[in-house]
Amino acid sequence: MKAFTYERAKDPLAAARAVAGRPGAKFIAGGTNLLDLMKIEVEVPTHLVDVQDLPFDKIEQTPQGGVRIGALVTNTDLAADPRIRRDYAVLSRAIVAGASGQLRNKASTAGNLLQRTRCPYFYDTNMACNKRKPGSGCAAIGGFSRQLGVIGVSKSCIATFPGDMPVALRLLDALVETVDPQGKTRAIPIADFHRLWGDHPEMETVLAPGELITAVTLPAPIGGKHYYEKVRDRASYAFALVSVAAVIQPDGSGRVAFGGVAPKPWRVEAAEALLPQGAAAVTAKAFAGATPSKDNAFKLPLATRALASVIAQSKA
Amino acid sequence: MKFDTPAQTNPIDKMVVVGRAVDRIDGPLKTTGTATYAYEHREAVNPAYGWVIGSAIAKGSFRWLNLNEVRAAPGVIAVVTAQEAGPLGKGDFNTAKLLGGPDVDHYHQAIGVVVAETLEQARAAAALARVEYARAEGQFDLVKALDTAAVVGDNGKPASPEIVGTFDAAFAAAPVKLDAEYTTPDHSHAMMEPFASIAVWNGDELTVWTSHQLIDWGRSDLAKMLNIPKDKVRFLSPYIGGGFGGKLWVRADAVLAALGAKAAGRAVKVALPRPFMMNNSTHRPATRQRIRIGARQDGTITAIGHESGSGDLPGGSPETATGQTKLLYAGANRLTALRLAVLDLPEGNAMRAPGEAPGMMALEIAMDEMAEKLGMDPVAFRIKNDTQVDPARPERRFSQRQLVRCLTEGAERFVWSRRNPKPGQTRDGRWLTGLGVAAAFRNHMSGTSAARVHLDADGKVAVETDMTDIGTGSYTIIAQTAAEMMGVPLDAVTVKLGSSEFPVSVGSGGQWGAANSTAGVYAACVRLREAIAQKLGFDPASALFEGGFVRSGNRSARLGEAAAQGRLTGEDKIEYGTLGKTWQLSTFGAHFVEVGVDAYTGVTRLRRMLAVCAAGRIINPKSARSQVIGAMTMGVGSALMEELVVDKRFGFFVNHDLASYEVPVHADIPHQDVIFLDEADDKANPMKAKGVGELGLCGVGAAVANAIYNATGVRIRDYPLTLDKYLDKLPPLV
Repeated sequence: MKAFTYERAKDPLAAARAVAGRPGAKFIAGGTNLLDLMKIEVEVPTHLVDVQDLPFDKIEQTPQGGVRIGALVTNTDLAADPRIRRDYAVLSRAIVAGASGQLRNKASTAGNLLQRTRCPYFYDTNMACNKRKPGSGCAAIGGFSRQLGVIGVSKSCIATFPGDMPVALRLLDALVETVDPQGKTRAIPIADFHRLWGDHPEMETVLAPGELITAVTLPAPIGGKHYYEKVRDRASYAFALVSVAAVIQPDGSGRVAFGGVAPKPWRVEAAEALLPQGAAAVTAKAFAGATPSKDNAFKLPLATRALASVIAQSKA
Repeated sequence: MKFDTPAQTNPIDKMVVVGRAVDRIDGPLKTTGTATYAYEHREAVNPAYGWVIGSAIAKGSFRWLNLNEVRAAPGVIAVVTAQEAGPLGKGDFNTAKLLGGPDVDHYHQAIGVVVAETLEQARAAAALARVEYARAEGQFDLVKALDTAAVVGDNGKPASPEIVGTFDAAFAAAPVKLDAEYTTPDHSHAMMEPFASIAVWNGDELTVWTSHQLIDWGRSDLAKMLNIPKDKVRFLSPYIGGGFGGKLWVRADAVLAALGAKAAGRAVKVALPRPFMMNNSTHRPATRQRIRIGARQDGTITAIGHESGSGDLPGGSPETATGQTKLLYAGANRLTALRLAVLDLPEGNAMRAPGEAPGMMALEIAMDEMAEKLGMDPVAFRIKNDTQVDPARPERRFSQRQLVRCLTEGAERFVWSRRNPKPGQTRDGRWLTGLGVAAAFRNHMSGTSAARVHLDADGKVAVETDMTDIGTGSYTIIAQTAAEMMGVPLDAVTVKLGSSEFPVSVGSGGQWGAANSTAGVYAACVRLREAIAQKLGFDPASALFEGGFVRSGNRSARLGEAAAQGRLTGEDKIEYGTLGKTWQLSTFGAHFVEVGVDAYTGVTRLRRMLAVCAAGRIINPKSARSQVIGAMTMGVGSALMEELVVDKRFGFFVNHDLASYEVPVHADIPHQDVIFLDEADDKANPMKAKGVGELGLCGVGAAVANAIYNATGVRIRDYPLTLDKYLDKLPPLV
């Protein structure tokens, strides 16, 4: 860990300005990912702006019939919220499928969106990694890639976005609300929030320097049966090999998003339109153009099988 | 005390305290966080902090580019590299050097330590170091390296295959045959407490608090490496947060703490960070095993062959995965052989049940496959081939062998009869369910072990031995032994362990610790009883020690009276004669497992587990059960998830942290039952006890694999049995 300076922000604008004004500055909320990465010097911020005192810890109704989730609402509180459990069960289930109770107590809503990949080569500073050190190459390509991405990856990076909660948020068409250092606010559709790696895997989201997430809003509930099927090697405390978030309506239509396969939660609207035709039709479309490695090619049939299990449950 | 004839009736047989499921006496210290682990001792005042720098390459050489900059960083007191350290001696137990330079032998080999006022300063300064590496070609591919690997003995020296009868002809002639290859991956100990040490010098005398399983080995090896006399080293390890064999050897933390403390002129603490441990330290080596079994139609094994190949650094030793195959089943014609390849990966070495753990993972799948070929129940096939003698030397009987009872009692308890012999037939909703069985086998080893026992005027008893408690319950079973021998309640005994100031014990490893260290305490207690009887004027042979009194004939005295004029002490060691050669001392068991395999995703979840163990007298059924359920859990890990993944380009274990090297969590482990058969092995030691902590692991992986086969009809011979290996073979989706 490199030495750094630290401040606690009093208001959102001051926080955004504090980060924008100093090269190497970063926000910190729960710190469940950032501190680990700082210890091994994958992250080397020079200055931390702690946002945990900001007034973003509420879950509120919106005039449109949806909910606004404050950026600092903990994963535990969000998953346990009665409105979320009733109307957005897929979100609650996705959250409790991730991490551990201790981590969820500390992890924030915004931080979850910003967590970094768990590619083992990203974590080992002796290895080449375009994400960690742009232009250095990618040791994961040709290396151990069982956990890594099968679609939306690039010649520069084959890492995945590791989270569970954002897969459900993508399914629910969430909006990510932000404020920038000039005080300008915007609402970013979650579909646009995470970037594909392309030639710049170090750029993971569309956030501008200093732009601070203030809330995540969900549109009005969409009904249907909610599923989060997470497949992993052990029963808890592991990242997904493949996960499936789905809302299935009584007529067999619905929405599907996949986790553990791509640089972002992977939802292809044209694919989910094929849900009535069965899992194989959906995944054939959703994963068209996939570029798996020998190690992770199993993720494609696994995605189909996981979705098939969801569809079967929805009919039961 | 020389143990060279079978044990007679002795005070332990009373089993007033021994054999009781008492709570661990160190439990409150552990649960309140007050047990002092290696990094936490406060006797070393004003310690500085060392941060270890590891090699970024697996093989080659390096030179430092900017050490002066590191030395000038804030708070830095000293930087020690191979150059500053000068030539270090070679310990008896390590293959790779613990401080590399200018050559590098493996990835993350320590190449230096930065000592600073604070941990943060040491870590930050270490990160400033720039090193120029010259990478050399290395061999990291076990499959390739085994092509040219020679046959070796257990010690790694050239040898010939061990053959009994005429294996090749018998196998060729057998009407029913199996010839299959099995693989097990590299495993990491992944114990909870990392390697950690505090070192401080007083003149030429070194004190080291560390986390180590075997005090005397550690003390000798550290002295050798530092080129100082052994008696100048005080070596302390009172509490240990797990070791699994990884802490049988001195590691870089102890050596670099000592070198750092010398350079800094004050106490230095060094702990290895978690992501550093998998490549810096030792691991259980991967194996490729070929098993051939030939049998008559009635299930009688006529030929059994087991060959295993593994790799290690030059001068290393093999994973002895064929050992159990020499003894577990009958069969007139036999072949076992080990091959050892040279690899440039980190050092392979002992991990819980070395040899038997991976060997049984393969052999017990082979037995399941063979039973199916024969159309026999796997329990019945194993019983059919039971042997009460060493098959290679039939004049040697097992001292006690109840494998058959383990299997039959286990089968009854587990309702094995519910198993459908036809695989892939049983459904529970979306789950394919199946049952699996495996035998458990692990040899019992005897070793010299000494102790000192004091009696004070208040009737209290104090035991001192350098035995360690690696989380196994040594404190408690030693107290139970002394309480039984001296006829006092458990709370009248205090136990001090893990210091080189105490008599040399057998230490913790190879499931030899419990039986031998308590036998050493037994021997010391016999001495103390003699001293007490003499002091009280009682006949030592007939004196009874019970209820805090000593009785002889119609005379009786309070125990403490013997020490009224001062502390009485008995010191002795248990030493062994040839009983272990005349008799084969082994431990046996049976593992039963039920799994569900998700017909959609291939996810395997355990449903029930049962272990039946026959391991001599069980000194404390509670701590023994904890050992066995922990071992069963480890077995689930090796079956389903544990694998150090080798990057064959760069020569290192890629998944070197606890997020990516997965071990089971609570949610993976179902209800576990453990049954101990009521045994007492008089050929083993006066305690009539044998090891049990590793027995609980041996065979578990295969029982899981066999249950998955029974559930799915898919046979996987390559561990771990992750779903990607059988997803395409599961029943098609409807």
